[in-house]
Amino acid sequence: MKVIVIGNGMVGHKFCEKLLARDKKQVFQITVFGEEAHRAYDRVHLTDYFSGKTAEDLSLVDQNWYVANKIDLYLDDPVVEIDKYNKKIISSKGRELSYDYLVLATGSAPFVPNVPGTDKHGVFVYRTIDDPELITSYAFRAKKAVVIGGGLLGLEATKALKDLDLETHVVEFAPRLMPRQLDESGAEFLKSKLEHMGIHVHLNKATSSVSGKEKVEALEFKDNSRLEVDMVVISAGIKPRDELAKDCGLRTGPRGGIIVNNKLQTNDPCIYAIGECALFEGMVYGLVAPGYEMADIVASQLTGTDKVFADFDMSTKLKLLGVDVASFGDALAIENECSTIVFEDRVWGIYKRLNVSTDGKYLLGGILVGDASAYNILLQTYKNGLPLPQNAEDVFMKSGAAGKMNAGSGIAALPDAALICSCEGVSKGAICCTVKDYGIEDLDGVKKITKAGTGCGGCVPMIKDIISETLKELGKKVKPAICEHFAYRRQELFDLVKVHGIKTFDEALDKFGNGAGCEVCKPVMASILASAWNDSILKQPAIQDTNDRYLANIQKGGTYSVVPRIPGGEITPDKLIVIGRIAKKYNLYTKITGAQRIDMFGAHVSELPLIWEELVAAGFESGHAYGKALRTVKSCVGSTWCRFGLHDSVSFAIRIEERYRGLRAPHKIKSAVSGCVRECAEAQSKDFGIIATEKGWNLFVGGNGGSKPQHAVLLASDIDEETCIRYIDRFLMFYIKTADPLTRTATWMNKMEGGITYLQNVIVNDSLGIGKQLEKEMQNLVDHYKCEWKEVVESPELRKHFNHFVNLPGEKDPNVQFEALRGQKKAVDWK
Amino acid sequence: MNYSITEDIQWYRACMITDVPENGGVCVKYKDEQIALFHFARRGEWYASQNLCPHRRQMTISRGMIGSQGGEPKVACPLHKKTFSLIDGRCLSDEEGCGIKTYPVKVIDQYVYIGIVDDKDSSQAICA
Repeated sequence: MKVIVIGNGMVGHKFCEKLLARDKKQVFQITVFGEEAHRAYDRVHLTDYFSGKTAEDLSLVDQNWYVANKIDLYLDDPVVEIDKYNKKIISSKGRELSYDYLVLATGSAPFVPNVPGTDKHGVFVYRTIDDPELITSYAFRAKKAVVIGGGLLGLEATKALKDLDLETHVVEFAPRLMPRQLDESGAEFLKSKLEHMGIHVHLNKATSSVSGKEKVEALEFKDNSRLEVDMVVISAGIKPRDELAKDCGLRTGPRGGIIVNNKLQTNDPCIYAIGECALFEGMVYGLVAPGYEMADIVASQLTGTDKVFADFDMSTKLKLLGVDVASFGDALAIENECSTIVFEDRVWGIYKRLNVSTDGKYLLGGILVGDASAYNILLQTYKNGLPLPQNAEDVFMKSGAAGKMNAGSGIAALPDAALICSCEGVSKGAICCTVKDYGIEDLDGVKKITKAGTGCGGCVPMIKDIISETLKELGKKVKPAICEHFAYRRQELFDLVKVHGIKTFDEALDKFGNGAGCEVCKPVMASILASAWNDSILKQPAIQDTNDRYLANIQKGGTYSVVPRIPGGEITPDKLIVIGRIAKKYNLYTKITGAQRIDMFGAHVSELPLIWEELVAAGFESGHAYGKALRTVKSCVGSTWCRFGLHDSVSFAIRIEERYRGLRAPHKIKSAVSGCVRECAEAQSKDFGIIATEKGWNLFVGGNGGSKPQHAVLLASDIDEETCIRYIDRFLMFYIKTADPLTRTATWMNKMEGGITYLQNVIVNDSLGIGKQLEKEMQNLVDHYKCEWKEVVESPELRKHFNHFVNLPGEKDPNVQFEALRGQKKAVDWK
Repeated sequence: MNYSITEDIQWYRACMITDVPENGGVCVKYKDEQIALFHFARRGEWYASQNLCPHRRQMTISRGMIGSQGGEPKVACPLHKKTFSLIDGRCLSDEEGCGIKTYPVKVIDQYVYIGIVDDKDSSQAICA
């Protein structure tokens, strides 16, 4: 049986793949004709072409694929005539071939509005791989560009122009952007985001002509306004390529499109039409997912499976210029036919709208702008008609931990038939099956077998969750290896290091790893080795992250900042003068940090040992601001001065800071001590915080500030200083031994089964019987503390590493530049 | 690019083997160029690349951690952890990312030499 495919776009190509897969008996011989000179490429990611991807990068398959699958591919050779009575076609190069079945996948062309002047130089469309090339080369001469069309494709083109550093405008006929996907408020949020990026948005504008002599000079609008521009990109919609079909007498729609039935057959049963050229029940489907579905249906029909096309869900999620935009189901439902839940956050530019059935039970559709993290779970809830939870707004509207947790349990509730990857049509059941039957345990494996997640990639987080859910179901431990070099979790590596007495990264790699290591496992191992033996991190400089390697924090421009330890935030006037003198001498920018210390910025790497030589001589120690280590123990002034203070919080803070200084951990550790319940030291926002009570101290753990602030929770109350320190010893050691890399105590506790109750049992009630052991290990670390900077300053061998040029010791990086700011200096901004 | 590939390679004596930390890197100044030099001591291999991070245009690559990805030697920029192949300089962490220029390296008698193609076009560092 001979099948001819006209069109080698994404859908035409997908059809070949699907037919090959379904044609078990190999009865079909496929021939493909393509108009463009390129093999099928990823048109969805055409914008990537601007950022340096080549036609070959975007190609869907490599050169040999067609040959290997015995498909005849004729590129740069469009079919010019279909003779449906004799069942044959003629191509532009004169090839005459007969067929048993013909598949039209001719796609669409950009719709160019019928206004005068669109033939001028500087007017472009945005469709094929040649367009970006034409646009880029013209853009060299242009300063101001406009996109006609504020829909999905138009905004993609806008991004491309913006990336070319042009002053970018976008003109939309409708009163809002993306009128098919967004409601008024959603579009308004998107608009302000775009404007914030410097893109000019013009709404309600009907273009009347493109004016200029030979080249574009301006757009004229029907309201008599005009916009001066050097170039125009038209993206005002698509027009199905149906001319070939029309010529041979196939039925087409009045506004274009080849009319097909639910088997995708045209009025000639031997001829099918799929993708953007097809018109099904009055609708052209301009997305890739329904096109792929059509491809699969025709492949099924030809191989004897009666699968039919039904109304396809046009939900989409995409990142436009870095802004998440998603719409699903009935996104624009009319108010009184449904109830709506709306969430607006003008500070972060987040808009969410959910349309819910009037009885509040089911989700009908929705819109997400600015934060689409809940898209997948919402889409599944809608598609599978799952009942909404009572507190729907809490679950879906919040983007923090609460929303996530529920998203996790939501996956278990999905039926096997739930479509997870709509690009490739992969169901939840199929993904579970690869895990259960093929023994696949990772995303790459699932991608290879099912192709799920290989299209737009939007479903990848969900696939990952399904894999781990399924593994859990099978009773298998989900074991996230830290990287390709070590197939262990951090906790396991910690134990292995301890048990085998491993002292260096190389030994660890020889014994349990492979390859040369990487930027992920090296610092993890460095942290483990430091925590396990409290051996100086200076012995293995090459496995330390740059900050730990140079014992300072790298900043813009490649210079470093220096933070001496100021325990508890208490400092003598003499020491303040020393810091001032040194900062002046080396021309450093000084700033008080959030942690009651003084940071000195702008030191060249070769100056670091000189600066520290002076600091050490004045009695300062490293502040470990560069390390995943104890940073500071902040304090309020406490009972020595404060009229409300219950105990001496400063003295206790200094005692604690000096006890745990230099301690290496999976992440940084912050702490604070407050002298009374007024909590001026903000101890409840720290990894461990202490607050004075009438009877002693309250110890809180697991708080942090940062991007996801979280309050610490009470671990023990009214305890004395010694007990408090004992509990902190246990808590920190338990954290260091069991947490994943780069996990703060808050996240570590959030993931802990049993949460604070379990932790209380381990730390306070010693339910595991490891209390004494943890205390002993901590005491050992405390006893072995050394100031890293003192060691460096005293060792000529170590000082040698602090040079920018190996062949010109002492010479500074000539590329470093500073600017003046309020009487100090700042790094020159980077691009 | 229109430079000829038959151009002779100039070998610049950069430093002693012992000047470079094992499994780490240093920065070498050659005329106005800054070159990052790396010693993969475990594999007995040496690599060199531009010191300029193509992402933010900072002279930091030599201070990055080195390692391998599927056996291929690589370096991670310390600023934002973008990784680059030391074989051909392409960006490994971000398909759209700009690559870096690499240089040949040889070791003779305790000294490390970096190969410079003395050509104006190619000595220009690659940048975003």
